[in-house]
Amino acid sequence: MARLKQIGKRSALYGVVTFFALFSAFPFFWMVIASFKRDHDLYTLKNNPFFFSEPPTLEHLHHLFFDTLFVKYLINTVVVGIAVVAITLLLAVPAAYSLARWAGRWGENLGIGIFLTYLVPPTLLFIPLSRVIGVLGLQESLWSLILIYPTFTIPFCTWLLMGFFKSIPLDIEEQALVDGYSRVGAMVRIVLPLSISGLLTVVVFSFTLSMHEFIYALAFVSSSALKTVSIGVPTELIGEFFEWGPLMAGALIPSIPAAILYTLFLDRFIAGFTMGAIK
Amino acid sequence: MSVINGEFGGPLSHIWDRERVLAPLLIAPAILYIVVLVGAPFFLAIYYSLSDATTGSPSLHFVGLRNFRAVLQDPVFRLSLKNTFIFTLVSQVLVLVLAKILALALLQDFRGKWLVRFLILLPWTAPIALGTIGWMWLLDSIFSPIDWMLRYMGLLGVPDAILGANSNLYWLGVPSLAMLSVILVHTWRLLPLATVILLAGLTAIPQEILDAAEVDGAGSWRRLFQIMIPMLLPIMTVAVLFGIVFTFTDITVVYLLTQGGPVHSTQVLASWAFFKGIEAGDLAQGAAVALFLFPAMAGVAALMLRFARRTEVT
Repeated sequence: MARLKQIGKRSALYGVVTFFALFSAFPFFWMVIASFKRDHDLYTLKNNPFFFSEPPTLEHLHHLFFDTLFVKYLINTVVVGIAVVAITLLLAVPAAYSLARWAGRWGENLGIGIFLTYLVPPTLLFIPLSRVIGVLGLQESLWSLILIYPTFTIPFCTWLLMGFFKSIPLDIEEQALVDGYSRVGAMVRIVLPLSISGLLTVVVFSFTLSMHEFIYALAFVSSSALKTVSIGVPTELIGEFFEWGPLMAGALIPSIPAAILYTLFLDRFIAGFTMGAIK
Repeated sequence: MSVINGEFGGPLSHIWDRERVLAPLLIAPAILYIVVLVGAPFFLAIYYSLSDATTGSPSLHFVGLRNFRAVLQDPVFRLSLKNTFIFTLVSQVLVLVLAKILALALLQDFRGKWLVRFLILLPWTAPIALGTIGWMWLLDSIFSPIDWMLRYMGLLGVPDAILGANSNLYWLGVPSLAMLSVILVHTWRLLPLATVILLAGLTAIPQEILDAAEVDGAGSWRRLFQIMIPMLLPIMTVAVLFGIVFTFTDITVVYLLTQGGPVHSTQVLASWAFFKGIEAGDLAQGAAVALFLFPAMAGVAALMLRFARRTEVT
């Protein structure tokens, strides 16, 4: 009887996780199929949409890579991502270090204040910022995105790194100071090597967040050769020819590496999100 | 370097001495960046909302509350405001219930857990604009695979079928179904985030407490409702607050799925601000619409702040 109950519990568990896994992955599962499905198969209403009624094809991928600007979108995304990562590291690392080591109420409040700016939504700022971008002459340039994206990566990354730096014992640093390092020297040579996993998290987070971003890219960039994947695929690939096969392949290909990277580092993001409420 | 070993009474006092200069110096660039590109634009948004700014003309004049009056009388704005609240509240309730079930399931060990985890996280980890493209086809007016399944099961497309004799439901073409679709995609998207936050909270509950309760005769329902949920309350609050922020201010789902249609029935504040401010070029009214996002966000921020303070104390 107890064994029967055990089996019942297990099957309920598998039922629940299978249901949710299917629900969550459903659109992506569909993208995989559509990417390799022949047009005739795709648009025949009687055919089962979830299986191949005709042999699969690479036609859509060929079309996506050679007849559209998809590769350009990928390159733009990487360029913007790398630049945003660089700016974020340059500004968030010193700020987080300062906040972590700066004891006192003021430092703490400042830290929380910086984190809260992460909550100021882009949808509130894109209108004035579009004017700022115009005045700076950056419209129709990737620089507009490179300049603006750090406004949401810096607050969160500063917060994340602050937690990392706090976990490094002060003694190690003080020893380095006694050994003749300057304060900045101790930070660069002692603290940073010990926080590699934190820095890596910041790199991944800044990169994936700038890849996910939609509203600023929509508001600032309208020439098709300058779009990132998040905006190029849904606006240009639909606008150009509205063929579902290449569109689905274009949505799938950038999603997979982004998802893998993000998943690997997710636990650290959550630690940041929950503000250290879980110890 | 040579003064490090202390003429000011030992190395330690020297460190604190220099810190007073160094600390502000290290943090200044980040603060400056945020003040210039978040703080200033925020006030610029307020200024625009009180002016007659357009994308076309560089000059602008102060017009008082005229934009707000115009916006408030606009039926589309009222609908957007209502929709923003409906979408946020309904999807958050769904997310919370589903995330709770899913988190409890993921707490167990089972084979293939890493794959399940990867798949479940996909809606959050993949770019939302790209995930929404998948839904565009799933909800397509002709080719929708969901409609195909319903037809296959005989629920649609035959005379006397429960969902009607039409061959399609026109998910994004009928106001009520379009709203349902937007809520569905928001729920789909935020479920992973809430799940992992709750999961982190669940794993933090000491097993001894649950064991002790079991020894004392508490069944699994009592353990769930009298121990786990109360202990999870703060972390659930965080999950909900983030969910509210991301749904309330989101434009991607509505913009890609329905463009606010049919006939504005899924219009939300963010999308209406975009259509007014950028596409129609009326920066002033667009800014006024977007500013209505602020009170809700300020409320969320205040709650988070209270929460942050409380966890610091304990």
